[in-house]
Amino acid sequence: MANNQPPIVPCSKGLCGGRGLLTLKQGAWSNNPLAIQMLGICSALAVTNRLESSLVMGAALIFVCAGSSLFVSLLRKYTPHRIRMIVEVAIIATFVILFDEFLKAFYWDMSKQLGPYVGLIITNCIVMGRAEAFALQNPPLLSVIDGVANGLGYAVILAVIGFFRELFGSGQVFGCVVLGSQWYTPNQLMILAPGAFLALGIVIAVFNALKGPQPEEKNK
Amino acid sequence: MTETSAIVILIAAILTNNILLTNFLGMCSFVACSGQIRTAVGLGTAVTFVLTMTTMINYAIYHLLLVPAGLVHLQFIVFIAVIAAFVQFVEMFVERFSPKLYFALGIFLPLITVNCAILGASLFMVIRGYNFAQAVGFGFGAGVGWALAIILMAGLRQKMNYSDIPEPFRGVPVTMIVTCVLAMAFMGFAGMVSIQ
Repeated sequence: MANNQPPIVPCSKGLCGGRGLLTLKQGAWSNNPLAIQMLGICSALAVTNRLESSLVMGAALIFVCAGSSLFVSLLRKYTPHRIRMIVEVAIIATFVILFDEFLKAFYWDMSKQLGPYVGLIITNCIVMGRAEAFALQNPPLLSVIDGVANGLGYAVILAVIGFFRELFGSGQVFGCVVLGSQWYTPNQLMILAPGAFLALGIVIAVFNALKGPQPEEKNK
Repeated sequence: MTETSAIVILIAAILTNNILLTNFLGMCSFVACSGQIRTAVGLGTAVTFVLTMTTMINYAIYHLLLVPAGLVHLQFIVFIAVIAAFVQFVEMFVERFSPKLYFALGIFLPLITVNCAILGASLFMVIRGYNFAQAVGFGFGAGVGWALAIILMAGLRQKMNYSDIPEPFRGVPVTMIVTCVLAMAFMGFAGMVSIQ
């Protein structure tokens, strides 16, 4: 379907080759949803006290984001503009319910641990933002790539935060002791709420520093 | 657990289990709208009101409709629909009867639909198995706690405008780190009351 696109979308031939890669890079790095656009901070803070739960949350977001992008994009020509929001929310909620039921069926402990935060993916601005900003204007395949890329960008940051919080907070990685208790006293603060804010703040600052100077952000 | 009185839950939701500082809900609008005290107060008021009301409505729907019908797995989609509908309703109501308030709150009302604190409070209410009085106490307390946190933060950020912050930390990172300190301060209340 890419070949006979009218020139309205000029560079959409070679979906995965040409524009797909750019989309992937933008979503995962240069326009990272968490570190650059500051979307979806809520869940990023809540589930990162252990690396394992961070990874599950990242996987959940990749799944929901890709799935909802696909369907929003498939339905984009049939959705009346005025009710698009509610359509998007319904699609997203469906995918979240799917994932939630999956967790409950196969990983009960993880489901318990994540608690309400799986449900809160619905209000995660990343998913909604991608549906609104990208999937509504782009063909399905590209939208899926975009969804995966953004989910991936989110998952990576989550994993980084989760890794450091678990490492410093309990001296473990994936539940295995890394920093021995003989010489390292686990810093409980990193597991508790303040540690989450601190870790995210530092990660974003490092991200900013790596990206080099950027246009001055205006604070409202 | 079930015998905890609504008042205790109210206080706990404001201070020890602050929905923003310990459960991280409503961070997006917290970061975006904590620049000025006036906006923070407006948003805080709107959130408190919507949070209290939607928790009550969702409680009724969950226990009177979803549980008897065995449709508990639909709770996400029902809750979010209730919240969206309620916010829309409040917006129309306020616009019709109090245009002044409408202009004060105007831009914040639609934002509230995607505020995770609202949905989160409803989900917590279900998970923790509150009864009606407790749910109302929790909804109201969570709203007040959220408002308190964002107003405090706005005050801090207004002061921070005058300080010299290292380049990469400007904007959101420093907000996070200040929130960290704020959260630590709130941990000082931890001994008073506790709910789980």
